[in-house]
Amino acid sequence: MSYETQGFKLDDSGKRVVVDPVTRIEGHMRVEVNLDSQNVIRNAVSTGTMWRGLEVILKGRDPRDAWAFTERICGVCTGTHALTSVRAVENALGIQIPENANTIRNIMQLTLQAHDHLVHFYHLHALDWVDVVSALKADPKATAELAQGISSWGMSSTGYFRDLQNRLQKFVESGQLGPFMNGYWGNPAYKLPAEANLMAVAHYLQALDFQKEIVKIHTIFGGKNPHPNWLVGGVPCPINVHDTGAVGAINMERLNLVSSIIDQTIEFIDKVYIPDLLAIASFYKDWLYGGGLSSQCVLSYGDIPDKANDYSAANLMLPRGAITGGDLSRIQEVDLADPEQIQEFVDHSWYTYPDGVKGLHPYDGVTNAKFELGPKLKGTKTNIQEIDEGGKYSWIKAPRWRGHAMEVGPLARYIIGYAQNKAEFKEPVEKVLKTLDVPVTALFSTLGRTAARGLEASWAAHKMRYFMDKLMANIKAGDSSTANVEKWDPKSWPATARGVGFTEAPRGALGHWLTIKDGRIDNYQAIVPTTWNGSPRDAQGQIGAFEASLMNTPLAVANQPLEILRTLHSFDPCLACSTHVMAPDGAEMTRVTVR
Amino acid sequence: METFYEVLRRQGITRRSFMKFCSLTATSLGLGSAFTGKIAHALETKPRTPVLWMHGLECTCCSESFIRSAHPLAQDVVLSMLSLDYDDTLMASAGADAQAILEEIQQKYKGNYILAVEGNPPLNEDGMFCITAGKPFVEELKRVASDAKMVIAWGACASYGCVQAAKPNPTQATPIHKVITDKPIVRVPGCPPIAEVMTAVVTYMLTFDRLPELDRTGRPKMFYGQRIHDKCYRRPHFDAGQFVEQWDDEGARKGYCLYKVGCKGPTTYNACSTVRWNEGVSFPIGSGHGCIGCSEDGFWDKGSFYDRLTSIHQFGIESNADQVGGTVAAVAGTAVAVHAGLTALKRSRVDHDKEFPVREGGNGQWGK
Repeated sequence: MSYETQGFKLDDSGKRVVVDPVTRIEGHMRVEVNLDSQNVIRNAVSTGTMWRGLEVILKGRDPRDAWAFTERICGVCTGTHALTSVRAVENALGIQIPENANTIRNIMQLTLQAHDHLVHFYHLHALDWVDVVSALKADPKATAELAQGISSWGMSSTGYFRDLQNRLQKFVESGQLGPFMNGYWGNPAYKLPAEANLMAVAHYLQALDFQKEIVKIHTIFGGKNPHPNWLVGGVPCPINVHDTGAVGAINMERLNLVSSIIDQTIEFIDKVYIPDLLAIASFYKDWLYGGGLSSQCVLSYGDIPDKANDYSAANLMLPRGAITGGDLSRIQEVDLADPEQIQEFVDHSWYTYPDGVKGLHPYDGVTNAKFELGPKLKGTKTNIQEIDEGGKYSWIKAPRWRGHAMEVGPLARYIIGYAQNKAEFKEPVEKVLKTLDVPVTALFSTLGRTAARGLEASWAAHKMRYFMDKLMANIKAGDSSTANVEKWDPKSWPATARGVGFTEAPRGALGHWLTIKDGRIDNYQAIVPTTWNGSPRDAQGQIGAFEASLMNTPLAVANQPLEILRTLHSFDPCLACSTHVMAPDGAEMTRVTVR
Repeated sequence: METFYEVLRRQGITRRSFMKFCSLTATSLGLGSAFTGKIAHALETKPRTPVLWMHGLECTCCSESFIRSAHPLAQDVVLSMLSLDYDDTLMASAGADAQAILEEIQQKYKGNYILAVEGNPPLNEDGMFCITAGKPFVEELKRVASDAKMVIAWGACASYGCVQAAKPNPTQATPIHKVITDKPIVRVPGCPPIAEVMTAVVTYMLTFDRLPELDRTGRPKMFYGQRIHDKCYRRPHFDAGQFVEQWDDEGARKGYCLYKVGCKGPTTYNACSTVRWNEGVSFPIGSGHGCIGCSEDGFWDKGSFYDRLTSIHQFGIESNADQVGGTVAAVAGTAVAVHAGLTALKRSRVDHDKEFPVREGGNGQWGK
């Protein structure tokens, strides 16, 4: 069967290749593609393979507790769901938070952006570009010259790289390759010279050691990481810089520690991450596959409110807007409460809607899980060999913005910021394009997505400094307030209320919608970045961003999914986030006897 | 990259203390001092123990916590102390190439690998709420567990079910000991567990070649033997009746006790107030929020995180807390009453799960 959608010609006649599990992501995911006789992908099917039902669990709970439940949607983008949740509750109840609370929340959210992007690049994505085994052939002296030529970062001597190479040699000779076992080493799609590979391996290890420092900012303000603590109405940590008992609060020593970590984070990202990104990209600038929907439809809700309690586009430092049909001259306004804008569909998802219902806005979201497979399935219900994308095939719903499948995430944010002519997004992009000597259309690619994430990590680290300075200035001006407790007591709430909260999670636009009734959660819905990007087809056959991004990509070796992983990873998929939705009636599902 | 011995040396452990440690190990295994040399030789040269780290329904916070470990560094654990042969969050290969590793290790190291489980299997919908390689995760879990030497249950998900098992548990998410019934399991609960507790449990097992001493619910006694309240630095304020009454009030700014705004420290067994988080930087109470009890069974279903423990009736300490909270003046007598209540609490605390398979004596010695 073949048909055209969104400018792609889907053809499932060629050889089917299955990748399950897709590894180096958060959660569980499967992808199937059809290859033509030249090993080019002509059909792509992505399946979310887990469901946890968190919103079912939230029904009837105290809205002030919801942040803790939703935070556990994801431990990788830890905190962003909690922030979205407290914003949704505050929106519903009309709670205004103090300026310091907004600033501290921003610092925490930016900490997450910087940390998450760094860990993604080195530990989830790098092995798609970097051949670890090839590093054994590198000349340590030439590696040192390469490293010193692109950055003033230390730990770049010949001796350092020689020592690392010796360790690596011993490791490989031990025959126990651990996480590098069965990798696609030697695949011709790897393009880096041995020296760049050795440098990247060194930074893989350095980044693993360094990332644990960044999150200490969460620990200072939120008590721990992963999963720091949050509070409806503000932040739980009080500020006390002058008086008795200061050691039990945010005091001068704590503020100095945050400040020092911000400096280290800026340095690591600007001296290691960005130079590595550019060095690697320079060897892959002819491999510009994977653009998918990015040149057509992108969406961002915006985030990082400069002043507290103002969530309008003008006050948000990360851009807000939607682009459809590739028209960068027209940034459309986004309204999360408008039932005409965001709707979810379940034609190819393992849920059913009541008769006659097509798409639903999340305030009215209905979800009844129904696991059924299409008639062309190969295998059985509990042993899927090849899935039938003509039927239902994913635990992820299909959200649409005014009927369009959208891409969200760092690339979407940078495209929108670029189209809005915002210098802080446009200038770094143009610098990268110029350095690599590629046209602006190169942005619409796997590489563009990976580059945008790196630029955003740097942006986030520098913005942490901005908000840290702002916090200090506010404290100096005599304001040490961190929580507004006027509406803490549920007795002060109206009988019913509903609200929406949003953030830009590292992976993209994130929204929570909730309804409160008699002091309890009556309905809770989340649409997360990977719901957008990992969306299955809809009734019109429109494909989602993952599926679109794989189209027309050639595989160098047909039975090695290296290029598939490379492109999927460029989105930083998070499946635990994307695949949990609400059964509004809390329907009891079939009980199975424990075996 | 290095043998276990080389890693120990690099971390500043001398040859002398290494040999002393080998001698202690020999003695504790009942082998006598003659075996000291053999153990030393084994640790200097033996292959790293393969670890297969599998993920069910979870949020990956345990993996994220693990890589935060500062001592030992995660890279040393993963690349030098053990052989992390399968971990779908970090591994280079995918799909059938990844699944082949599970099979290979299971055959090649039958009875000699560690299975580490993050998350849990859902049993509803024939297990298809969590699918790996086209099949229910629970099948893969049972298969890989069948030849494991022992099993680590990471975090609250694998240990108790955690958030997806909170009422009404729509997927029937099930803690792993209910599907793995014939292997020694160490539970390392928490959402997530503390990074250095995770790596300490692993290195203990590799070092002493056995499970740590476990309590009757299967948790290592060394980290889960005491309540957060027992070692909390704000405990003197509890004893003095000095409480945070509301967020950001004067008591909050002075670092008073968070008991009245819902702290679950008095009923939570974990090392947060001693080991602390992220290289000792802080822990929840240290940053102004009460403990939410994330290492306790069913902590999601024990009322709001902001309810004072008084409202959790099963603990039976209602009368005391209000008396304490009332006035600072009434300290002496009331505090005694509270402490009496809390001691009673220890006796009556929830018996997590009587079915939990803990070996005789509580420390499944293995490898013999």
